[in-house]
Amino acid sequence: MTQRSVFELSSVNYRYPEATALDGITLTIAGNERIALLGANGSGKSTLLRILAGLALPSGGSITFCEEPLTEERLADETFSRQFRRRVGMVFQNSDVQLFNPTVFDEVAFGPLQLGWTKPEILERVDAQLNALDIFPLKHRSPHRLSGGEKKRVALASVLVLDPDVLLIDEPTAALDPKSQGQIIDFLFGCAGKKTVITATHDLSIIEDIADRCVILENGRGVGDAAPHSILHDWELLQRAHLVHIHRHRHGTSEVHAHPHVHGRHQH
Amino acid sequence: MKKRPTGFIERTIGSLADALEHAAIAETHAETGGLLQSLDPRVKLFGLLALILTAISVKKETVTLAILAVAVGLAFFSRIPLRLLTTRVWLGVFILTGTIAFPAIFMIPGEPLYRLPLLHWTVTEQGVYTALRLVSRAETAATLAILMVLTTPWTHLLKAMRVFHLPVVLVVILGMTHRYLFLLLHTTTNYFEARRCRLVGELDGQARRQLLAASTGVLFERSLQLSEEVFLAMQARGFRGEVFILNEFKINRRDWVALGAFIAAMILAFWADHS
Repeated sequence: MTQRSVFELSSVNYRYPEATALDGITLTIAGNERIALLGANGSGKSTLLRILAGLALPSGGSITFCEEPLTEERLADETFSRQFRRRVGMVFQNSDVQLFNPTVFDEVAFGPLQLGWTKPEILERVDAQLNALDIFPLKHRSPHRLSGGEKKRVALASVLVLDPDVLLIDEPTAALDPKSQGQIIDFLFGCAGKKTVITATHDLSIIEDIADRCVILENGRGVGDAAPHSILHDWELLQRAHLVHIHRHRHGTSEVHAHPHVHGRHQH
Repeated sequence: MKKRPTGFIERTIGSLADALEHAAIAETHAETGGLLQSLDPRVKLFGLLALILTAISVKKETVTLAILAVAVGLAFFSRIPLRLLTTRVWLGVFILTGTIAFPAIFMIPGEPLYRLPLLHWTVTEQGVYTALRLVSRAETAATLAILMVLTTPWTHLLKAMRVFHLPVVLVVILGMTHRYLFLLLHTTTNYFEARRCRLVGELDGQARRQLLAASTGVLFERSLQLSEEVFLAMQARGFRGEVFILNEFKINRRDWVALGAFIAAMILAFWADHS
């Protein structure tokens, strides 16, 4: 079933003083779609996520959220802003940025408190969310005493506690051990058909699990938009977007050769 | 025996590690299941502050010492090692207040107890009593204060201070400062370790100053960048300039009993002081 569009971007540009981060991005994102924004470092993925999260406004072009224009004026409106923040959650790449509260409990309770939920409701939802992500024992722990994987799950809990319709995730598996990566991928896999999930990543090995559609960015421009399976077989596009590379490596014990490949899912 | 590091970088890394270790020790004690740890932080804060005020208000030395004995008892039942109190509180406070109080034993007029040879200064009974009172009050107050700190997570302590109408914004700012202090401590440690890996020999004075200035600059830039990103993360979860906090504190029967015991101890101390 085709869902109503959640985001519509039309010729969106974003310029930093020293460089252009996004250049003419046009994109429609439907409800419950899982999208992977693929691109090398500096391709504009994180900037695009920030624009979708209403944390940055385009220098040019337009963006709508559920057919409402996402502008400075609309975000300044308290009613719209509350609704938007409740419905759109963002998980930052650096968990230390997101975990700014002194304990895990305070962190997860932060969003509901800002949105004016009642105390019993907050206490109940925070406990439920901590249990859902299997981090309840960490409830009173300070963030500096958490591992990388635990921090990521707390960051996720702090967003999911609001039960957002749209989840924006920046590099979810970066710098995580394989077990923690697996937990995050399992979670994103489970979001299929339930939430709109937009994930910025350059890890091609996970895209088939976390996305139904891939948008490829190169120097701030959209250069590809297709299903993960098609993208993974378009070697020319992947090489152009610096998502695959050629280097010497070993197969088994003796064969050493060089060819373009994807780490994690080694395919010839 | 642990060798004291001699190099500037090693000493800095050592100090940073000590700071992190002290914080870790305090958090470990706060999580230990003991008498004070089991109390509601608001009750504990009120009770211990009441005892501190009583200890510094009473005139009789015996009453102050009795309160100190109560503090030691509380430490024992809260599983705070006496060795920790001795090294981190009693010794330091004794040296500091002892130094301040020392002249009093000669300067306060009263019944002579002893006359110093050569200097011919007279130690008076009233002088010794006054010095002892100052030291014992300081020791008692410091012991009760450290019990508060060691048995309560810092965040709970801050929230408990809302009982005394500490503004919410101050509680939040102090909480965030505490949170990011550790991150910046780790970052600084990494800087100095990275520098040590590439350093051969000792640094001269000018090089040390340059290193310190450069590290301070980088750290400042990093913290500025971090604060901008943290603000975005706050905005993303609905922050619009007004801060709110929530505590899970619940006062149960045990807390009421403890509150009664603290008040009773305070009344008893004042009664004993005046009888």
